[in-house]
Amino acid sequence: METVIEKWPAAINTVTIGAREDGGGTRSSTVTIGGETTLPFLAFEGAPPHRPALALDILDYSPDDWPETLREPFREALGDPAEWAGLCQEKYRPDLICLRLQSLHPDWGDTDPERAAETVRAVLAATSLPLIICGCDHPEKDNLAFPLCAAAAAGENCLIGFATEENYKTLTAACLADNHAIWAQSPIDINIAKQVNILISEMGFDPKRIVIDPNTGALGYGIEYTYSIMERIRLAALDGDKMLAMPLLGDVGADAWRAKEAKAAEKDFPEWGEENLRGPLWEAATAALLLQAGADLLIFRHPEALRKIRDHLDNLLDIA
Amino acid sequence: MFLISERINGMFTAVKKAIAARDAAAIGEIALRQLAAGADALDLNVGTAAAEPAEAMVWLVESVRAVSAATLCLDHPNIEVIRAGAEAAGDNFIINSTTAREEDLAKFLPLAAQTGAGLIALTLDEKGVPNTVDGRVEIAARILIAAEGAGLPPDRLFIDPVTLPINVAQDQPKKLLEAVSQFKLLSDPPPRAVIGLSNLASGSSEKSLLTGAFLAMAMGAGLDAVILDPEDRLLIDLLITGEVLLNRTIYNRDYLKAWRAGKT
Repeated sequence: METVIEKWPAAINTVTIGAREDGGGTRSSTVTIGGETTLPFLAFEGAPPHRPALALDILDYSPDDWPETLREPFREALGDPAEWAGLCQEKYRPDLICLRLQSLHPDWGDTDPERAAETVRAVLAATSLPLIICGCDHPEKDNLAFPLCAAAAAGENCLIGFATEENYKTLTAACLADNHAIWAQSPIDINIAKQVNILISEMGFDPKRIVIDPNTGALGYGIEYTYSIMERIRLAALDGDKMLAMPLLGDVGADAWRAKEAKAAEKDFPEWGEENLRGPLWEAATAALLLQAGADLLIFRHPEALRKIRDHLDNLLDIA
Repeated sequence: MFLISERINGMFTAVKKAIAARDAAAIGEIALRQLAAGADALDLNVGTAAAEPAEAMVWLVESVRAVSAATLCLDHPNIEVIRAGAEAAGDNFIINSTTAREEDLAKFLPLAAQTGAGLIALTLDEKGVPNTVDGRVEIAARILIAAEGAGLPPDRLFIDPVTLPINVAQDQPKKLLEAVSQFKLLSDPPPRAVIGLSNLASGSSEKSLLTGAFLAMAMGAGLDAVILDPEDRLLIDLLITGEVLLNRTIYNRDYLKAWRAGKT
């Protein structure tokens, strides 16, 4: 049988996160994502030059609202982001750490932006992995914290987010000043995804330093819609749309663990089975689907979900 | 939409002067300006003034190649001039153009096939340009069959139904649109359809408006390539908008800016 090969005129940008000593930083490794010349896992059309990268979340407060399944793997470090980061690197070996500065949010502690910058410094000292920094999704507080955190991480070439259509200027300026990459988010909408990238680029920011977060839902929450948006973004990019040619990010952990199916206790839903198995599986299944849609960077919550996807990728890339 | 710039043409005074004075910098500057405005290819035409058209064509090719590797469109009716230009260009060029006269097809098709070039072919034969849709489509079919025989695949063949000025032949635009849509039914994959836009408004008022409205209609009919001045902002805005309406590029609030950003 003849193999039909599709050739695309354009390729996805590559984005590198993290900087070693020779790059002006202190990381022991860097992560490069993107560079695809065709759709995912079609090795016969063009092997992806970079393996999708897997990050693990840490928070700047003790997440008492998390289910026990999710707290257990980090128990001794909860509440201390530096220790948490160190534990993740040593025990669960993600490619990157994603630090969420959630306590900045007025509803989560309303902590000082200066404290967020200190947390960034402490985490950078505690782990040698490349760092993703995520604000609290409260525009006013984020805009106070972004410049301080970007400066605290100067030279480390972090990925900082997120920029949205309504709130991108402060983050873009901060990332320009301290040379970080930008995590650009849009609400499962290809037009807005493109618009955010244009707005950021128009401030003089290199579009090749942007990662698109199409804002993925979780399995069971309209993820088929997410899939088709990601696929359309990727098809447009391969067809030559430079304002959509960015690597794709899936914020898997945050989305998957919002679902009742992931976190509900067995005693409340006995027919759903044991929650310690179910939660990580829910997260891993969501991640597996996003990989098929073209995700280049996945951020996990549960280390077991990350491990499953690492094995899954070994298999996929081996046979693909 | 494949956009071919028409401005490097000895018919225009600035280019004519530059060719006469062998001012390569002036040519390079026009080339870069046209590319920055969105051109995918540059048509090179030495005009009628050059005493040695082959030599002038080689010089034009070299002047543009000094600043850009973009696709060139070698524009001359004489095959020897094209041959000289082709040699200077190396690769990545289109021949503009052959007619459907048998003697022309016999010369131009093998050259295009052998050099890997694209070829623009006019629906014009021994009897001239037909006044009907059917006449144009019939000539296009003949060109296509000859191209296949010469080993030139349809996707490297650009069929030009020949635009006539609106002020002398007002019944023509509608026929051209129909011819373009019928070209697409001739083969699978179909040949590409190209139109030289500016001739439509030659000698008319409201040039941009006439050519722009026609461009939009022709895109709807299935036009693949167009020869125009990319520095005509209205035309390019219409072209970009047409691409959005045909769902070839993603709409967003700043889609005009995005298209231009993508060209740099």
